[in-house]
Amino acid sequence: MASLKFAPDAGQALALYERMLLIRRMEERLRADNAAGKLPGAVHLYIGQEAIAAAVCAQLAPTDWITSTHRGHGHFLAKGGDPAAMMAEIWAKKTGICKGMGGSMHVADFSKGILGANGIVGGGFAIATGAAFAAKLDKGKRIAAAFFGDGASNQGVFMECLNVSSLWKLPLVFVCEHNKFSEFTPAAQCTSGEIVDRARAFRIPTFVVDGNDAFAVWDAAAQAVAHARSGEGPAFIEAHTYRIQGHLEAEALMLGGGKYREQSEIDTWIAKDPVERLKATLLADGRANAQQVQAIADRVAAQVEAAVKFAEESEPADPELPFDLMFVERKA
Amino acid sequence: MARKRYIQAINEALHEEMARDPKVILFGEDVELAIMGDARGLLDKFGRDRIRNTPICEATLTGMAVGASAAGYRVILHMMFSNFIYTGFDAIANQMAKLRLMTGGQATMPITIIAAYGGGGSNAAQHSDSGYPALVNLGGLNVVMPATPADAKGLLKTAIRGNNPTFFLEAIGRGGEQGEVPDGDYTVPFGKATVAREGKDVTIIALGSMLKPALSAAGKLQAQGIEAEVVDPRTIVPMDEEGLLRSVRKTGRVVVVDEARDRCSVASHIAAVMADVGFSALKAPVKRVTVPNVCMPYAPNSERLMIPSDERIAKVAAELLRSKAA
Repeated sequence: MASLKFAPDAGQALALYERMLLIRRMEERLRADNAAGKLPGAVHLYIGQEAIAAAVCAQLAPTDWITSTHRGHGHFLAKGGDPAAMMAEIWAKKTGICKGMGGSMHVADFSKGILGANGIVGGGFAIATGAAFAAKLDKGKRIAAAFFGDGASNQGVFMECLNVSSLWKLPLVFVCEHNKFSEFTPAAQCTSGEIVDRARAFRIPTFVVDGNDAFAVWDAAAQAVAHARSGEGPAFIEAHTYRIQGHLEAEALMLGGGKYREQSEIDTWIAKDPVERLKATLLADGRANAQQVQAIADRVAAQVEAAVKFAEESEPADPELPFDLMFVERKA
Repeated sequence: MARKRYIQAINEALHEEMARDPKVILFGEDVELAIMGDARGLLDKFGRDRIRNTPICEATLTGMAVGASAAGYRVILHMMFSNFIYTGFDAIANQMAKLRLMTGGQATMPITIIAAYGGGGSNAAQHSDSGYPALVNLGGLNVVMPATPADAKGLLKTAIRGNNPTFFLEAIGRGGEQGEVPDGDYTVPFGKATVAREGKDVTIIALGSMLKPALSAAGKLQAQGIEAEVVDPRTIVPMDEEGLLRSVRKTGRVVVVDEARDRCSVASHIAAVMADVGFSALKAPVKRVTVPNVCMPYAPNSERLMIPSDERIAKVAAELLRSKAA
């Protein structure tokens, strides 16, 4: 830990832990509500990857932009998105952050710089690059961060955006969350070489970190964000982690008995749980005591309950709304 | 009024709108040298922040247009040949056309995509498509197809000032054609068809590049004693269905001319609307004159055969009149 260039102070560390725990508990609740058949659409859960969204977004200003993925609840919450509005969106309610028109894979809050989760793998790269280009033209200090997985790194648009952002020195941070799977296919079957080498080929500064170590991600993100903000061009983070849940909940039905990984592998990563690990670190080094940790757990539990209650009690989405939303100032 | 070339009218609209609003930016492949002619002089006047050559990476350019517009800019993306839209189609179809709905109305995307479409120049199949039916079907995109210099200027200005993604499709190889263009700042509203020539016997609805052969066909028909009315929808999304129906109610006969391939063309859609909403006014079947369901060939003689010509349009229209006599 001593080797870290940037580390959170006690207050920041507790806030980081609270954000990670909120993501975890929200995801667990979605897992349960999905299993209970309460949600209309699929959910892709972020369990096991919380340290990355939380520690990266902790370095961002409210005005900075992010693009996210189909596994985007964590990024939404980490960037300051409202848990209740997210929950209501997933429940397809009128009060949802996207009025029930987007759902789990599309939670977005432009007012907080969240340009959206995205159902297209790799769909966020170019949007983030465009936002970073706009930020550069504005000549301000705003930056963009593109979250994506190892699966998305095999899309051609990834290479295009590495090239353009490096060529034009755009204020952009690429955050690759290497969770070891492209949907139902292990990385070894679809990814050649090291993903970080692709960024190096464009002379982009890179950071490879243990994505389950919140402080390590914090340190890398602080450096990457500082580089992007300096006007010197993009930075790249490859954070190694593991997708604990399936590609989507209810994947067992789709697999029809088929298997793409062993339970023993999942278990080894559950043992490296980033949330538990941060809690243990905080308690061990004295940055937090048991009472503080309990207070956080209670606060988070109440927040999740309130979000679900809000979602459950909200009115259903307006089924006629699409006619108003295809065009500005005109019915479809 | 002044006589101007089509390409010049587009160029003027770009100059005027970029001068009018500092948030208007234009990027694309080879735009600094204005290789397609329409961006001439912009770099010198507005500089490299606002006019910028990009690498050849359409999949990124269309996505960047979404991101830069979400971040507050009015983006003009020049995609050169309309076939390159296919290379950039993911961000068009999955992001640009959908994000406003998917975000519950949070996304506003003032984007104008310029591309030249159509055949006639022996550019072969990968540079000659009229691929707009796919754009029209996506739902969240405006599609405008100016046929005259005046409409080119006025529609482009409306597109750039508007808050919806809009495809501004130039008829390829027609930049030199001249027409009267109103002086001063003026715009052409979307969703207003125009009657390019009045007549009482048959309506020829001609899209974009097809206005010229349609008007020529009307001249040929006149020599046969047939008075054709030529109507130009000008914008395909939104479409002035009422304006088109008005003419059909007057003539009772309609030929729709479209440079897209026949199957699921815009002509097919217009024909369906005419047969549905305009059925009681029809005295004859609705006819389409389109490109056959083939790829555009390179050989000029074969290409000429595929693109609707004034002869083909006039023949189809005249047959509609004969079917009345029979």
